[in-house]
Amino acid sequence: MDVKTAFFYLFSLVLVYAALRVVTARNPVHAVLHLMLAFSQAAAIWLLLEAEFLAITLVLVYLGAVMVLFLFVVMMLDIKIDQLRQSFWRHFPLAAMLGAVVVLEMAAVLLAGFRVSEAPLVAQQIGVEVEVSNTQSLGLLLYTQYVYPIQVAAVILLVAMVAAIALTLRQRKDSKAIDPGLQVRVKASERLQVVQVAATQVAERPASQENPT
Amino acid sequence: MSQTLNASTLLVVPLAPLLGSVLAGIFGTKFGGNWIGRRLSHSLTILGVLVSFILSAVTLKSVAMDGAHFNETIYQWMVIGGLKMEIGFLVDGLTAMMMCVVTFVSLMVHIYTIGYMEEDDGYNRFFAYISLFTFSMLMLVMSNNLLQLFFGWEAVGLVSYLLIGFWFNKPSAIFANMKAFLVNRVGDFGFILGIGLLAAYAGSLNYQEVFAKSGELGQLIFPGTDWLLITVICICLFIGAMGKSAQFPLHVWLPDSMEGPTPISALIHAATMVTAGIFMVARMSPLFELSDTALSFIMVVGAITALFMGFLGIIQNDIKRVVAYSTLSQLGYMTVALGASAYSVAVFHLMTHAFFKALLFLAAGSVIIGMHHNQDIRWMGGVRKYMPITWITSLLGSLALIGTPLFAGFYSKDSIIEAVHFSSLPGAGFAHLAVLAGVFVTAFYSFRMYFLVFHGKERYDQNPDAHHDHHDDHSHDHGPHESPWVVTVPLVLLAIPSVLIGYLTIQPMLFGEFFNGAIVVDTVRHGAMAELKEVFHGPLAMAVHALSTLPFWLALSGVLCAFYMYRVNPALPTAIKARLQLVNKILENKYYMDWINEQVLARGARALGLGLWKGGDQAVIDGAVVNGSWRLVGRLAELARRLQTGYLYHYALAMIVGVLILMTWFVTRPALFEWLSK
Amino acid sequence: MTLTLGHYLTLGAMLFAIAVMGIFLNRKNLIVLLMAIELMLLAVNLNFVAFSYFLGDMHGQVFVFFILTVAAAESAIGLAILVILFRNRSNINVDQLDTLKG
Repeated sequence: MDVKTAFFYLFSLVLVYAALRVVTARNPVHAVLHLMLAFSQAAAIWLLLEAEFLAITLVLVYLGAVMVLFLFVVMMLDIKIDQLRQSFWRHFPLAAMLGAVVVLEMAAVLLAGFRVSEAPLVAQQIGVEVEVSNTQSLGLLLYTQYVYPIQVAAVILLVAMVAAIALTLRQRKDSKAIDPGLQVRVKASERLQVVQVAATQVAERPASQENPT
Repeated sequence: MSQTLNASTLLVVPLAPLLGSVLAGIFGTKFGGNWIGRRLSHSLTILGVLVSFILSAVTLKSVAMDGAHFNETIYQWMVIGGLKMEIGFLVDGLTAMMMCVVTFVSLMVHIYTIGYMEEDDGYNRFFAYISLFTFSMLMLVMSNNLLQLFFGWEAVGLVSYLLIGFWFNKPSAIFANMKAFLVNRVGDFGFILGIGLLAAYAGSLNYQEVFAKSGELGQLIFPGTDWLLITVICICLFIGAMGKSAQFPLHVWLPDSMEGPTPISALIHAATMVTAGIFMVARMSPLFELSDTALSFIMVVGAITALFMGFLGIIQNDIKRVVAYSTLSQLGYMTVALGASAYSVAVFHLMTHAFFKALLFLAAGSVIIGMHHNQDIRWMGGVRKYMPITWITSLLGSLALIGTPLFAGFYSKDSIIEAVHFSSLPGAGFAHLAVLAGVFVTAFYSFRMYFLVFHGKERYDQNPDAHHDHHDDHSHDHGPHESPWVVTVPLVLLAIPSVLIGYLTIQPMLFGEFFNGAIVVDTVRHGAMAELKEVFHGPLAMAVHALSTLPFWLALSGVLCAFYMYRVNPALPTAIKARLQLVNKILENKYYMDWINEQVLARGARALGLGLWKGGDQAVIDGAVVNGSWRLVGRLAELARRLQTGYLYHYALAMIVGVLILMTWFVTRPALFEWLSK
Repeated sequence: MTLTLGHYLTLGAMLFAIAVMGIFLNRKNLIVLLMAIELMLLAVNLNFVAFSYFLGDMHGQVFVFFILTVAAAESAIGLAILVILFRNRSNINVDQLDTLKG
């Protein structure tokens, strides 16, 4: 067995273990941490598959951003841990059966259809056999054929950001800021009232003088 | 010289009574505000019928003496496809005779009603109805097409219903009028089928056009069977006649129709409406001649009616019921004559019977008035001393009925018996025996009634059901008295033709040219009329010859038996009744025909309807289809609802299961197809 | 022995199956649901990359790129919804989210 195969088995075992722990962990923080482990193993496997750019992207985007986000949320929410494991074992048989069916079918597909025992083909660019790095070949494809989908992906990300903010935004209750539109719409009559008052007035006789003691 | 009659004159004949009826019916009743009183009502209607009669007589004279003829369409009111619906008149010997009979008897009944219905509140309504009836019957007999005939047919049925139930607060009257209408409907069903078949195969409803095609019609076979089409048509038409002319088994309505006032029993159920069936068959003679089967059927049905209805007449105690069963029996005679292809004899008997039967009914009515509305002959007797005119006219009518030589009934009845004797169709033997036996039975019950009513001891006080008269305008003597002149004059006027008309008209009607063109006989196959003609040597000779024939002696013995049993030895009938209890029971239950109709047929139909309603309508249609469909939808929706649990993981699971199924399908598809195509 | 496409695909299948089980089994914790979804996406990405490598076609990796983008966006919004849910209900029990019950 060569090194590559050994690494592959190592990484895949850890990956499968991590995945199992994700779905069976009692503590959600543990679950998130195991998911991070799973992603890291997957990144390693991709490296084996000579997809370096994607592996690094996986680490940066998923482990660095998405999983951190998950951690933030998990820690922010005050989740009661002890309630979390009820009814798990009740549904386990059915879930196990479903899982087994999935695996079996995929295996059937594999056995039936694919040239599974051949060696990998060399990556080819449109007829030209060029030795380029994974990043470069990906870039070559993205910026020529897939320019428009890139832009769409960017818009999707923007929308996601805006949506997340819009959903969770709460107003500060002690803020004294006023809507500027309201300020501008004020009329003079709402702020100022002019009253006519005489310049001089006759003084009133005090009541005590009428009644001498 | 053959000339055409005047259309306007002919139009007046049915329309004059109609006008009288409308005026009396609308303005004389509460419906129109009670504007005209009784005198004006009866005057208008009698005037209408009188005009009708005079014009009918004039027409008869033109037809008989001058050979006039009329067959035209007055008004075409609709055309559907190729079928024309018209109002038209066909006036020949047959029509003219019927017009005269109808209008004369109607006139007599109108005059009679002035006296009979004097104390009734519905006086004006009654006159309106009988004039309406006259109009309907005239439209029926004068028609030149089957549709107008059917119109008249239904109209007389309707007026009969109205008149039988004239005293509509009496439950028995209502029962009777519904019975009459419904039994008639059964006959009409067959009639419509016959008319429909004719319209379909001949393409027209006009008599002339249909008869012109009779040759072709006679060759056709009814599709799907091996019956001749013309046989089916004729039997269907005759079923209509069976309903209207009360032949067995559709006779059950006639005795019940005696619930109506006596004048209408005379007019409708003796002289005119019930003869519509006979008239129709005679009118359709070109068609009936083509079918031996139909004629045989007619003869047998008529023979059964003639004999068995006569038997029922023997045990009746209501004076009107005796005459009713007598009518049924005589209608049977007419039908037998039709079956023997002796159409002219049947129509001749129709005419003579109209006169003497109307006379007998009106006389019975006179007796009923005289007996203060008691109708049971067991509690009469010796009436001849108090009501001489009624007595004499009754006697004349009875003698005519039993076939006394020289009287009208003799000529017509004996001609029927001879015609049947000469007929060679299957069933003629039975028919002959039946009509001969019927002579004895007729004589017996007629004179039973005569002796019990007019002779013997007075039994007025013995009536256990008698109630004191609630009419306060009679004096307190309970004996009968003669009826007013408005009642007795019609009796006399009807007695005259009952005696004379047979003698005078037998020659031209049966053996002369009178019915030429109206009645068609296939002399080769049905030779009865021809043979009858050979043995006829004039009315006087016929009367003299009769003394040596069987019918005369049968009639005489019937009279003598009645005389013995009801004048000499009154205990004998009671003894016979005690000995023959079973026979008596069958006769009293009218051969259980009413029981069958009410318990089996009516109840069965109602049970069927109820069952279909509960089982079919409610259970199947309402329950299963209508209600069932929404319930099913509801249940399915309830089941589908369970999929919507609201839990995210269930929905996710559903998605995954869906994906799995698709995957399974795609994975196994090649293998599955391979396995299937093996 | 050499690694073949089959190995990688099997791995992907197992990951996917585990993730499916995770969705179904977790009734009390919405966050684990979201994480299971991320796992599923990871399994799919693995398949894509494996195919891309073995068939020599770069388009597989391009697709992974886009899947990553969309997955990130989706988890951000999913977590935002989760936060609001917690704000309103003080728990993240999936069992109690049944107001859309039919």
